[in-house]
Amino acid sequence: MPQIIFTPNLARHTQCPEQEFVAGNVAELLAKYFEEWPQVRGFVLDDQGHVRKHVKVLVDGHNMKDRARQSDPLGADSKVYMFQALSGG
Amino acid sequence: MAAPLWVATRKGLFRLSRNGSHWEIDRATLLGDPVSMVLVDRQGAVHAAQDLGHFGVKLKRSRDAGLSWEDRPAPIYPPKPDDEQDLDPTRGTPVPWSLKTVWSLETGHESHADELWCGTIPGGLFRSSDGGDHWSLIDSLWNHPSRKQWVGGGADFPGIHSILVDPRDADTVRIGVSCAGLWVSRDDAANWKCEGRGMRAAFMPPEQAYEPSVQDPHRIVQCPAAPDRIWIQHHNGIFRSDDAGESCEEIEAVEPSTFGFGVVVHPEDPDRAWFVPGIKDEARYPVDGAVVVTRTRDGGRSFETLRNGLPQAHAYDIVYRHALAIDLTGELLAFGSTTGNLWLSEDQGDHWQTLSTSLPPIYCLRFAN
Repeated sequence: MPQIIFTPNLARHTQCPEQEFVAGNVAELLAKYFEEWPQVRGFVLDDQGHVRKHVKVLVDGHNMKDRARQSDPLGADSKVYMFQALSGG
Repeated sequence: MAAPLWVATRKGLFRLSRNGSHWEIDRATLLGDPVSMVLVDRQGAVHAAQDLGHFGVKLKRSRDAGLSWEDRPAPIYPPKPDDEQDLDPTRGTPVPWSLKTVWSLETGHESHADELWCGTIPGGLFRSSDGGDHWSLIDSLWNHPSRKQWVGGGADFPGIHSILVDPRDADTVRIGVSCAGLWVSRDDAANWKCEGRGMRAAFMPPEQAYEPSVQDPHRIVQCPAAPDRIWIQHHNGIFRSDDAGESCEEIEAVEPSTFGFGVVVHPEDPDRAWFVPGIKDEARYPVDGAVVVTRTRDGGRSFETLRNGLPQAHAYDIVYRHALAIDLTGELLAFGSTTGNLWLSEDQGDHWQTLSTSLPPIYCLRFAN
């Protein structure tokens, strides 16, 4: 199953453990994650549901393309990393 | 007993209390992250707005004076319709319908003990009726046709930095916007009107200089005991209103400068107000490198320059708009600078003492009374 992993720096502010869910794209993965960990949503998405400006999302090692809707597809064993973009300091 | 002083900074929140004859930091909390705003509400709860940078703006509330904190929801902007044209008028770039900064937090009218107001960048005003458990956008202001003409002042997008709930009338609230001037609602936030006639914008062409909606008031305060008296520290001057902001009069004869960000007014005497000047907008440091406070005690007819106890050479401090505070007695004043210096006076500014020279850049001060 696709796996989602958050920067350890986010754990300073809120619980955000690694998780695996059946999901066809990043949006589905995030939706399932936020069902279990709803408080994490506002740390990585803005008020419009877009990935925050200085959050970096890597899907199988590549920058996620659709930061507004997170429609990038996932494979059965994809890994999604949520990091701090260094542009944000 | 002197009220404790909360100090919100770029790297955490601090509390100073009077211990015998001196003031000391007796609490350091939320360390490591910027705290843009702090408020002590009518129930004694402390509210802190954190700007976590990468991870957005968060609100926290403490019911034990900062020993422990609970996460509370931050105000959220509504979904932006796909066909919505909302562009910054200067640059033509989209205005984000997403919280960027909590720039003001205030309690509501004394008859509404749990009411809080929150002013934000990019220009949304929010209200909570339950002490910060839930927030609602004031749609009437956000959807006002003039709102899309607002522009940023010191930030990419406009912001609400001053919220004045009229002590005479719970339905009347005024706000200060950088940059859109002074706005008032007299019907419980249902309708809004731009007032502040008489403010002058030196940064606009002459024919637009007196247009109320282009003004950049840096900070607006209202005397609690005489609410018709409003003081404004504006981008290019000092203004006074005697009709609760409908009209303003510029006060130009103030040495060493009329430029600054903060202003406070005495809680009982509307004629007493204090400012912390810098040179001007293009040179944001004290005149001659000497930190001073200017004070009027006669409604602006004359000003004193207070410098006793303040550094008078090679000081380059600037004081942000929320970093000058007065307590409810009108005796205690404090201000903190972007250099991390913190000063306090116990005699309305006649004498100042240095409380710290090593704090992080200071954003906001509040006395807890």
